[in-house]
Amino acid sequence: MAYITAKDLSLGYETGVIVSGLSFSVNKGDYLCIVGENGSGKTTLMKTLLHLVEPAGGVIENGDGLLRNEIGYLPQHTVVQKDFPASVREIVLSGCQGRCGLRPFYNREEKRLAQENMERMNIADLADRCYRDLSGGQQQRVLLSRALCATRKVLLLDEPVAGLDPMVTVQMYDLIAELNKEGITIIMISHDIASAIKYASHILHIGDSIFFGTKEKYLESKEGRIFLDRQKGGVPVNG
Amino acid sequence: MDKLILYFQYPFVRYALIVGVLIALCSSLLGVTLVLKRFSFIGDGLSHVAFGAISIATVFNLSNNMLLVLPVTVVSAILLLRTGKGARIKGDAAIAMISVAALAFGYLIMNIFSTSSNLAGDVCSTLFGSTSILTLTKGEVWLCAVLSVCVVLIFILFYNKIFAVTFDEDFAKATGTAADAYNLMIAVIIAVIIVLAMNLVGSLLISALVIFPALSAMRIYDSFRKVTVFSAVFSVACALAGIVISILAGTPVGSTIVAVDVLAFAVCYAVGIAKGR
Repeated sequence: MAYITAKDLSLGYETGVIVSGLSFSVNKGDYLCIVGENGSGKTTLMKTLLHLVEPAGGVIENGDGLLRNEIGYLPQHTVVQKDFPASVREIVLSGCQGRCGLRPFYNREEKRLAQENMERMNIADLADRCYRDLSGGQQQRVLLSRALCATRKVLLLDEPVAGLDPMVTVQMYDLIAELNKEGITIIMISHDIASAIKYASHILHIGDSIFFGTKEKYLESKEGRIFLDRQKGGVPVNG
Repeated sequence: MDKLILYFQYPFVRYALIVGVLIALCSSLLGVTLVLKRFSFIGDGLSHVAFGAISIATVFNLSNNMLLVLPVTVVSAILLLRTGKGARIKGDAAIAMISVAALAFGYLIMNIFSTSSNLAGDVCSTLFGSTSILTLTKGEVWLCAVLSVCVVLIFILFYNKIFAVTFDEDFAKATGTAADAYNLMIAVIIAVIIVLAMNLVGSLLISALVIFPALSAMRIYDSFRKVTVFSAVFSVACALAGIVISILAGTPVGSTIVAVDVLAFAVCYAVGIAKGR
């Protein structure tokens, strides 16, 4: 049984269905990249996988011992967070909130977990700094540490390199690849098709036509070739 | 000084001081969350709803208008704070709409069915709080004290959850925090605080109690905990100063407190610049 199995999924809001007929599965240890053009429903798919949005049709099943709240999530930046007065430690600790239940305060175990994850992401020295003063790359590391506090199984990353400079982008990709090697399943939305092909094991292409399969198959497929050609041809699919 | 000691011999002055400090404390605690969630104006909107409810209660001659005002305000708070997920009218527009509509209808109803000869005075005191804080009974002081203690306790017990939900609601929800329940709780607490605060500063100035402490603290401090603690201290200090000044100078209580808040905010702003942020 796969971690996540989507069967004939349709996505959308009241205003209409954006995508339909999505079927794919994510197994333990996979590195899945979701690619597609703007407005094709990538972020909606992500929210559906997190159970924040109900699917318009079809089902998502979790299996292989994955509970529905065991998916860590690296969201895109929100307006609220831009000037949020919070220290790095406070944010990383909040990743443990899900396991607290009704208990009001964090216990020693959770504080240790937060410290451990900050060290893994090389941000332990920033623990008392304010989140809004950090660089984009550092902020992403903070949010990754938080996600790792919430789960050790699956990470969902929504455009993790958006707005980062090229150097930091490479570091970020390496970091994610490293986590994947340690056995954490990665699902990532990306506009950066070149990196998706470099790092991912599976590709889900959504848009007018849908493709799901291993990256090797994607490179041979019709969708893959069209998409790649367009990016090479200098027409930015997204800046 | 003598004048102050003389005044403190009157119980109603002591009551005003106690209630003022408690309300300032409660409103500042949730102010940080509201400002960060971009709901700075919810205090204004809800207090106008409460104003509308008060007019209706007056018309029907309800002996205890809290029975009507509190539920109406709580329901409005819940509706407004459902953060417009899939709502047709969103955030700020919804607040503005409800606020203005409630104000207009409240005034209209008071005007049409008025039993009092001094209508302008009644409206003015509901909007600006003017003297009602000086006419509190012992029972009202106790009610206020009990509710304040509840608010502070709930805030401390749910502090980490409020933080998680404020910082990133989607993440909290996805990883198993009952974000909707906590949002509901925040909405109810806010409604209670606002109904309480109407006695102090009146419905027009409640926003000031909610936003100034939070904004001032955010200028200076870097962590959520420090911001929360400082805004509580800030708010209590300003309320104390404002009440004392208004007694000595004979100025209206509500607007004096807000004026002190504004001045203190200016100081914090300057300190923030000096600290280089």
